[in-house]
Amino acid sequence: MSDFVMPSLGADMEAGTLLDWYVKPGDAVKRGDIVALVDTSKAEIEVEIFEDGVIDELVVPVGVRVPVGTVLATLRPAGAEVPAAAGAPVQAAITTRAPAAITTATPTPAAVAVAQPPAPLPPPSPPSAPPTPSAPGTIPAAAGANHRLRVSPLARRVAEQLGVDLSTITGSGPNGAITRADVEGGPATAVRTAQPTVGPSPPPEPVDRHAAMRTAIGALMARSKREIPHYYLQQEIDMSRAIDWLRETNLQLPITDRLLPSALLLSAVGRAVVEMPEMNGFWIDGAFSPGSGVHLGVAISLRGGGLIAPALHDADRMSLAEIMAGVRDLVQRARAGRLRSSEMSDPTLTVTNLGEHGVDLVHGVIYPPQVALVGFGAVRERPWAAGGMLGVRPTVVATLSADHRAGDGHTGSRFLTVIDRQLQKPETL
Amino acid sequence: MTTDQDLRAIVISVLTEVAPDVDPAAIDPDTELVEQLDIDSMDFLNIVVAINERTGIEIPERDYPKLSTLNDAVGYLAHAQKQAAGA
Repeated sequence: MSDFVMPSLGADMEAGTLLDWYVKPGDAVKRGDIVALVDTSKAEIEVEIFEDGVIDELVVPVGVRVPVGTVLATLRPAGAEVPAAAGAPVQAAITTRAPAAITTATPTPAAVAVAQPPAPLPPPSPPSAPPTPSAPGTIPAAAGANHRLRVSPLARRVAEQLGVDLSTITGSGPNGAITRADVEGGPATAVRTAQPTVGPSPPPEPVDRHAAMRTAIGALMARSKREIPHYYLQQEIDMSRAIDWLRETNLQLPITDRLLPSALLLSAVGRAVVEMPEMNGFWIDGAFSPGSGVHLGVAISLRGGGLIAPALHDADRMSLAEIMAGVRDLVQRARAGRLRSSEMSDPTLTVTNLGEHGVDLVHGVIYPPQVALVGFGAVRERPWAAGGMLGVRPTVVATLSADHRAGDGHTGSRFLTVIDRQLQKPETL
Repeated sequence: MTTDQDLRAIVISVLTEVAPDVDPAAIDPDTELVEQLDIDSMDFLNIVVAINERTGIEIPERDYPKLSTLNDAVGYLAHAQKQAAGA
């Protein structure tokens, strides 16, 4: 028997709210299966399980916020004898086992709720209680027509099946999220409002999400600046070969397969990291711990504010087409709030391409516990001296922010040189 | 042949899919879209792909600068359409 715990979905996460279970006791799961939906303060994350087995017990019910490391469910080996209870309906599955690990800073309604007798799945939230235990520093969600609908994927599916208009439902989940129970109208918490349906134009992000994200980013960046002795380097890179090659290549490709300069930049970093693995990994307990694989954290700015840097897994082994597809997928899911746990916890080196928004260069702040961050400014035409002549070429300023505990400027300088070299032979990227 | 009005509706619809928080009525037809909608190169590529899906018009990369504002984009598409019909 092993425990499936609330994972740390990034160094800035202290607790998460379980929004939905996608499995029930008795379900067989394989490593990598998405088993739950968790709300960190930054995003809703689909959480993958790390080993094969059979779900034995769901310990934490939907709607409860628990610290990282709390046992969410227990898992038994796939071949193990199946206890009699396993075949029982889901309603019987959650036992009285007290989730003792729940130690939120202040007693919250939800924390109290879990101490109550076994709840069915999905459990009704206490009708009179506020919908969510707010994270420290967050502002309770304002209810109202302007509130973006927050709906768990399961609830959305059920709503589609039942033909329920989600805009007529008041959610009882965290921050007013609509849960399956609300859609089914079972528990008394689902209040169907008399409010007419608002138009299809999406309302702005709720205030609490924005504030929570600012708090999380602020805490993490403060930690980075407090703990990591950054050093900074920059190098202007001639992009004329890369851009020419890209133009020629794109002429041969259908629109949907066109490549962007950012794909070349990511690929160049991925390959450079293979040559210089000392830039790829973490500073943990006073020592460098190399990353297992090259998982580039791709900094994605969210519309309406905020930043998230999910992992592009094994970027060093991807073709440019795969990088394009991977980044497109990450951006879409980051903005829709559908990232996976491995993408949140795995990045080994972050790349920010702030030049997309026009700046010449970016001096980035390292994402702890990573040891480096690569930044790219805008690719644009600039004066370039070569062979005694002054000309105009497309260039990009690459910057490196690196942890001085893990290495010196000499190493960082070589790293930027290797990235430059990669970009001079775009056909090999 | 799609009318200019329909082309405009298509472009606005594509823009608001890529930038869902933007009020279509608030788009200034003569201000740079990249700046106005805060979109990046991936967003722009997605816009070009979506316009191609809806209108069949293939926009070559070298013509991207000709679609920098809403009015420019509609003008470009109308012209491209006429050229294709005349060819």
